[in-house]
Amino acid sequence: MLANLTSSERQNALVIAVAVAIAGAAMAIAGRADVMGVHGVIVMLFGGVVAWLVMGSLYAPEPAEDRSASYYDDPIKVGIALAMVWAVFGMFMGVWVAAQLAWPSLAFDAAWSSFGRLRPMHTSGVIFGFGGNALIATSFHVVQRTSRARLAGQVSPWFVLLGFNLFCVLAVSGYLLGVTQSKEYAEAEWYADLWLVIVWVTYFILYIATIARRKEPHIYVANWYFMAFILVVAILHIVNNLALPVSWGHAKSYTIWPGVQDAMVQWWYGHNAVAFFLTAGFLGMLYYYLPVRAQRPIFSYRLSILSFWGITFFYMWAGSHHLHYTALPHWVQTLGMTFSVMLLVPSWASAGNALLTLNGAWHRVRDDATLRFMMAAAVFYGLSTFEGSFMAIRPVNSLSHYTDWTVGHVHAGALGWVALITFGSFYTLVPSLWKRERMYSAALVEWHFWLAIAGTLIYVFAMWNSGIIQGLMWRTYTEEGALAYSFVDSLVAMYPYYIARAFGGLLFLIGALVGCYNIWMTVRAAPVAAARGSDVPAHPAAVPGE
Amino acid sequence: MDFSHETFLAFSKSWGLFYMMAFFLCVCAYAFWPRNRKRFDRAKHSILERDDRPWQK
Repeated sequence: MLANLTSSERQNALVIAVAVAIAGAAMAIAGRADVMGVHGVIVMLFGGVVAWLVMGSLYAPEPAEDRSASYYDDPIKVGIALAMVWAVFGMFMGVWVAAQLAWPSLAFDAAWSSFGRLRPMHTSGVIFGFGGNALIATSFHVVQRTSRARLAGQVSPWFVLLGFNLFCVLAVSGYLLGVTQSKEYAEAEWYADLWLVIVWVTYFILYIATIARRKEPHIYVANWYFMAFILVVAILHIVNNLALPVSWGHAKSYTIWPGVQDAMVQWWYGHNAVAFFLTAGFLGMLYYYLPVRAQRPIFSYRLSILSFWGITFFYMWAGSHHLHYTALPHWVQTLGMTFSVMLLVPSWASAGNALLTLNGAWHRVRDDATLRFMMAAAVFYGLSTFEGSFMAIRPVNSLSHYTDWTVGHVHAGALGWVALITFGSFYTLVPSLWKRERMYSAALVEWHFWLAIAGTLIYVFAMWNSGIIQGLMWRTYTEEGALAYSFVDSLVAMYPYYIARAFGGLLFLIGALVGCYNIWMTVRAAPVAAARGSDVPAHPAAVPGE
Repeated sequence: MDFSHETFLAFSKSWGLFYMMAFFLCVCAYAFWPRNRKRFDRAKHSILERDDRPWQK
C-alpha cells in the first residue's frame, strides 16, 4: 500500500506520524499518573507504529503506474477491514452488557467491567468504530465513482482513516479507565475531541476537493448526503464539546453550557448524531449501492432531492423531543415534537424511493441476499422513522421515555437500518474492490442475512414488550393513589425479556462473524476475475420492467 | 434594541416559519425546473455505467 505513495508523500506521512508521537509524549509527560498520561502513551505508540511502518519503505522505488488512471482504493480496503473489526468488538460488548442486565454477576465485581463503563464502549464501538469506518470507506468509494475523479489527496485519506481510529481507541479505552464527559454519544474527553476536530476538518476538505475535481456536471445525490454528514457532524461535535479542562495535564473537563442549556445542546447534538451520523451518511450508501446492486436507476431523482433538504432542515429542530416534561420551555418541547412528526415525510420519501427502485426487480431481491440486505434496511428505516415520530409525541413519550421501548427503537434503527445497509453495501463493494467475481460464499451471505434478521426481530420484540410493561407498571396507581409497583417489581418483570434481548444480540453478533469470515475468504481465496472491465455485478443487460 | 427571551421567541416563531417556507419553495423550484430534468436523468443513470477508471483526457 505504501508502494503507491511517492517518496515525498512518504516523507510527509512520516513527519505527521512523528508529530503525533511527539504530541503523545507531551500528553504522557503532562498527564503523568492521570488517565491522560496513559492516553499519551497510547498516542505515542500509535504514532510510533505508523512512523515505523512508513520508515520501512521510505526509500522504496517511486510508484510505477500512472496513479491518475485509477481510483484510490487502498484506504477503502483498510477502512472496510477496520469497520468489521470494530463491528465484532462493539457487538460483543453489546452482548456482554445485555447479558449483565439479565445476570449481573457477569460484571465480575470489577470497576472496569461495570455496566456504566462497558455500555459506552458498546455504543462508541458500534456507532463510531463500525459505523464511522464504514461511512469513511464507502464515502471515499462513492465520491470517486460518482465524480469520476481520484481522491484529491494521497496521504490525507490515510490521515482521516487512521486519525479517526485513534480517536475511537482513545474514546473506548478512556471509558474502560473511568473517564467520561457524561454526554450521550459524546463521552470522550476534551483532548480526544480536539483531535477529532482536526481529523474531521481534514475529511471535509478532502471530500470538497475531490468533488471539485469531478468530471460529471452534476453532483450525484449520494454525495449530498455524505457532505451533510461530514459538515453537520463537525458543527455538532464542536458546539456540544465546548468544555474547559481542569488543567492541561488532567483528563477531566467541564462543559461551558449551564443547566437546561446543556441538556438542550446535548440532545440537539444527540438526536442529530442519529440524524447525520446514523442516517444521512447511510442514506448516501443507500442511494448509491442499492441502484448499483439492483442495476436499476433510483425511482425518482427529484424525490431524493426533496427528501434530502427535508431531512437536513427538519432534523435540526427535533432534538428537544428527548426533553419532554423537563425544565426546557414548553414551546421548545412542542417545536421538537412537531418537527419530529414532520420528519416522517422526507423519511418515508427515502424509504419509498428505495423500495420503488426495486419494483420490477423483486426476483433479484429473492435470489440475491446482498440486495435483500438493502431492501430490509429500507423497510426497517421506514418502520423505525415512523416509530420515532410517534414516540416523539408528548403523551406517547410519557409512556415510552426511560423505558426499554426507547432501547428497542434505537436498535430497530441501528441493527435493522444502519447495520443491514452497511453489510449490503460491503457485500456489493468487497468483490468489486478486490476484483473478484463474487463473494466467497453466497450461502454464507444468506446465513448472515437470516441471522441478522432473526436477531433484530428478537431484540426489538423483546424490548417492545419489556418497555411497554415497564411504562405501564410505573404509572399504575392503587385505589389509595400510591404507586402499585416498586421499581424492583418492574425490574423482575423484565428478566425474561433481558434474556431474549441478549440472545437476539448474540445472533446478530454471530452474523457479523460469519460476514467477517466471508469477506476474509473473498480477499484471500477467491480467484481473480479475468479481464474484468466493470465495477458492477455481472449480467446487467436484462433490466425487466424498465 | 431589546434582546430579551420574548424578542427572540417572537422573531423565531414568525421569521423561522417564513424562511422555511421560502426555502421549501426554492427546493421545489430546483427539483422541478424543466431544464434540470436532463442533468438529473443523466446523474441517475450514470452511476450504472460499467467503467471503473477516473475520467481522462
